[in-house]
Amino acid sequence: MMNYIWSFIIIFSLIAAIYFGKTEELSSAIISSGSTAVNLCFGLLGTFCLWNGIMNIAEKSGLTALIAKAMSPLLTRLFKGLKKDDDALMPISLNISSNLLGLSNAATPLGIEAMKRLAEKNEGRSTPSADMILFVVMNSAALRIIPTTVAAIRQNHGSENALEIIAPSIITSLCALSVGILLAKIFERVLMR
Amino acid sequence: MIAVSNYFIPVFICIVILHGIFKKIDVFSAFTDGAKKGFDIFLSILPSLSALFLAVEMFKASGAVNIVTDILSPAADFLKIPKELLPLCILSPVSGGGSLSVYESVISQYGPDSYIGRVASVMMGSTETTFYAIAVYFGSVGIKKIRHTAICSLCADFTSFILSGVFVRLFFNQ
Repeated sequence: MMNYIWSFIIIFSLIAAIYFGKTEELSSAIISSGSTAVNLCFGLLGTFCLWNGIMNIAEKSGLTALIAKAMSPLLTRLFKGLKKDDDALMPISLNISSNLLGLSNAATPLGIEAMKRLAEKNEGRSTPSADMILFVVMNSAALRIIPTTVAAIRQNHGSENALEIIAPSIITSLCALSVGILLAKIFERVLMR
Repeated sequence: MIAVSNYFIPVFICIVILHGIFKKIDVFSAFTDGAKKGFDIFLSILPSLSALFLAVEMFKASGAVNIVTDILSPAADFLKIPKELLPLCILSPVSGGGSLSVYESVISQYGPDSYIGRVASVMMGSTETTFYAIAVYFGSVGIKKIRHTAICSLCADFTSFILSGVFVRLFFNQ
């Protein structure tokens, strides 16, 4: 799947660039894309270290276990492969909480830890388990209480009420999230059994 | 409210550290032990992110967005998605930075409290960069076959593109 999407975007871009006479821009974009990726990763390296450090304290002190316990009734219903005291529940619940709070910098390293633990349960197969797919789908839909970036940009451009979009945003993302989860469950039932 | 969200991170970190001290954990070495893993994450996601950025940067530079906008605009009309926001819809699943700059230009052109400005804000507030999430999370565990992940995520994005306009019309009587 990623094979096709990736190749298609690259070939389609070349055709579009020829059509619009933008091959020069295209070449420089290709050259700079490598350093863009490295710069982004380097920019995130510090946040990864920070949140993994904080997460390790919280895990050792038992704080993550408390949060995971609070969320486990909901999570075990969604993630069929997880039992009540699974160790993957801790990073998953922290990832969801930080997404809710709009801390996407924290959510990423926590989510990666969650994926690593889900992958262990999947015994290192090259195809993802239903739980791994569901987890990524949930992370690609954004359910957050306060969309801080959007609100800040609105305020900078002189909005009379920068936060008035919170309620419609939450309802919209709840619907989108439900569609994603529902579809993942339907595919899971049709394709994986 | 924006100010409240500034408290989340510092308060959360203080709670974690206080809880650790209360439970008699060596918080400093627990932090540094955990932080070591940051570099592994860096190494594990760099390959898939360079692949993603190659495609995304080519897509942005080539003007391909214009072609896709032209192809999709009848469908957008039918679904009552403002045509002005199609570039935002097309970019938001592939590029977080790209969609943010498109969003800013929409806001400065139409104003944050206009119909288009509000719909754009709800779209931005209710979607995440789908292919970035796929590349980062599956890349970190070395999985290349993603099965039905992309289709589920894109349908979720599509849902929020359609509903952003619907709920803005409902909430603001526009």
